[in-house]
Amino acid sequence: MNPFARAFRNRAGDLALATATGAATLLILGILAVILVDVIMNGAPRLSWTFLSSAPTHGMTQGGIFPAIFGTVALVLLMTVAVVPVGVATAIYLNEYASPHGRLTRAVRVAVNNLAGVPSIVFGLFGLGFFVQFVGTGIDRAFMGGQKAFGQPALIWAALTMAVLTMPVVIVVTEEALRSVPRELREASAALGATRFQTVVNVVVPQAAPGILTGTILAVSRGAGEVAPILFVGAAYFLPHLPSHLYDQFMHLGYHVYVLSTQSPDVDATKPLLYATVVVLLTLTFLLNAAAIVVRSRMRRRFAQAAA
Amino acid sequence: MTASTTAPSDPRRPKLTVKDLSVFYGGKKALGPVSMDVREKQVTALIGPSGCGKSTFLRSLNRMNELIPGCVVTGDVLLEAKPIYGHGIDAVAVRRRIGMVFQRSNPFPKSIFDNVAYGLRIGGISGASDIAQRVERALRQAALWDEVRDRLSESALRLSGGQQQRLCIARALAVEPDVVLMDEPASALDPIATAHIEELIHELCKSYTVVIVTHNMQQAARVADYTAFFYMGELIEYDRTDVLFTKPGNPRTEDYITGRFG
Repeated sequence: MNPFARAFRNRAGDLALATATGAATLLILGILAVILVDVIMNGAPRLSWTFLSSAPTHGMTQGGIFPAIFGTVALVLLMTVAVVPVGVATAIYLNEYASPHGRLTRAVRVAVNNLAGVPSIVFGLFGLGFFVQFVGTGIDRAFMGGQKAFGQPALIWAALTMAVLTMPVVIVVTEEALRSVPRELREASAALGATRFQTVVNVVVPQAAPGILTGTILAVSRGAGEVAPILFVGAAYFLPHLPSHLYDQFMHLGYHVYVLSTQSPDVDATKPLLYATVVVLLTLTFLLNAAAIVVRSRMRRRFAQAAA
Repeated sequence: MTASTTAPSDPRRPKLTVKDLSVFYGGKKALGPVSMDVREKQVTALIGPSGCGKSTFLRSLNRMNELIPGCVVTGDVLLEAKPIYGHGIDAVAVRRRIGMVFQRSNPFPKSIFDNVAYGLRIGGISGASDIAQRVERALRQAALWDEVRDRLSESALRLSGGQQQRLCIARALAVEPDVVLMDEPASALDPIATAHIEELIHELCKSYTVVIVTHNMQQAARVADYTAFFYMGELIEYDRTDVLFTKPGNPRTEDYITGRFG
C-alpha cells in the first residue's frame, strides 16, 4: 500500500479513537452534571439553618434533618476509629512481620480480597448476626444482668459493621504504602541497631503516613455513603432525639433519603426535603473527603519540604 | 581451591575473626567458606569483580544479610573473640557494635540532627544535652560539623550527595561502634567528594576498625592497610595492601589488579 495512504488510515484511526473516548468522557461528565444540577436546583431552595439544625416534624413532611447529619458523622467517626488501627496493624503485620510467601500470609491476603468483594447487604446481615445478636446479647447477659442494652441495633454495631466493610480498603492501601518505603531506609535503621519494631515505628510508618491516610480517605467516603450494611444494625426510621450512648439507635442521611422517598405519607410535601437531604449528604461526603485530602497534602508537603 | 585462610602476621590483635563463613541465597552458595582476621584500628579493603561476594561478605559481618529472605549463613564471626552468630545472640546488639555505611547514601527524611541522633535515641540514650554532645562529636568525626553547625534542624535531604554520605558516616559513628563497615561508600560521588570520604576513612582508623568494599583498586591502595581479594565467592588472597598490590601471591590476584579481567 502507498505509505501516505497508510499514514492517512492511521490518522483516521487516531481520530476515531479520540472521538470515541472523548464522547465517553463527555457522557460521564454530562450524567454528573445532570445529577448535580437536578439535585441542587430542587434541593437548594429548601436548605436553611433551621433545616440543618432541627429534627423532622409532622410525619417528616416538615422540619429538618439534624439527627441524620449527627448520626452520619458519628457513624463515620466511630468507624474510622475502629477501622484504622486494626487495618493498619494488619497491613503492618502482613508486610513487615509475616513471612512474605508463607501460607498464612497468602491466606490472609486472599481473605482480605474476598472480603472486598462481598455485597454490602451481606455485611449488614453479618453485623446483625455477629455484633448485635452474638456480641451485644453476650455483653447484656454478662454485664447488664440480662437487661437489653447492647443486644439490639445500635450506633456502635453499625460503626463496627461499617468498619468491617471498609477494612479491606484500608489494609490494601496501607500495604501498598508500606511496600513503597525504600529498603535503604529500613537497612539504615537496622544497621544502627534498631529492632524491627523501632524501625516500623520510627521510619516505616512515618514514611507511609500519606498513603495510610489515602486508605482512610477511601474508607471514610465509602462509609459515609453506604446504607445497606446499617439497615439492620442501628439506623433508625425516625428518631427525634440524638443518640446519647453507643448503644442507641441513630438516624442516617442515606437511610433518611430512602425513607423519605419510599415511606412518606405525602409525596409532594416530602419532595423538596428529599432533594435538600441529598444535597446535604453529597456535601458532607465531599467535606469529609476534602478534609482528609487537605491533611494528606499537608503531610506530603512536609515530606516534600524535607526532600527538597 | 578451598578456603583461603590467610592471616598476615601483625602484632595487633584481631578485632574480627571470621571462621569458615559461608553464605547461601535460597540454597545457592554465594560465598565461602572464608576465614580471615580483621585487624584492630586498621582499614581493610575488600576488592574483586562484581558478583565476587565481597558485599555479601561485608553484610554478613554485622548480620545484615538476615534481612534478606532465604539467606542462610554458616560458620561464625568472632568480635573480640565472642561469636556474633549462634543461639541467644541478638542481631540487633551485634549491629549496635558493628555499624554500616551503604553504597547509596540513605539519610532518613528527618533533620540533620535527628539523623545523627537516631541511633542514640533507639539505643535508649535520652538526655538532651548528652545527645547533643554526641551528635556534635559524631559530626566532627565525620568532618561535617563546620558545614552543618548552623542548620542542624534542616532536612538532611537538602545536603549534597557527598555531605549526605558523610552524614550517614556520622550517623553510624554516633552510636560508637567497634567496627565500621562501608559498602562502596564513595561509588556514587564525584572525585572531590570521594577524596573527602577517603581522607575521612584515613582519620577514622585512628579510633575505629574499618572494613570497606570498593570496586576501585586505586581507592583500596590509597586508604587500606590490608586488602582482601575475592573472586567467585572465595577469598583468593589477603595481605598487607602494599604487598598485595606489588607482589601478589596468586596469579588471579595479579590478573585482576593489572586489569586483565574484572
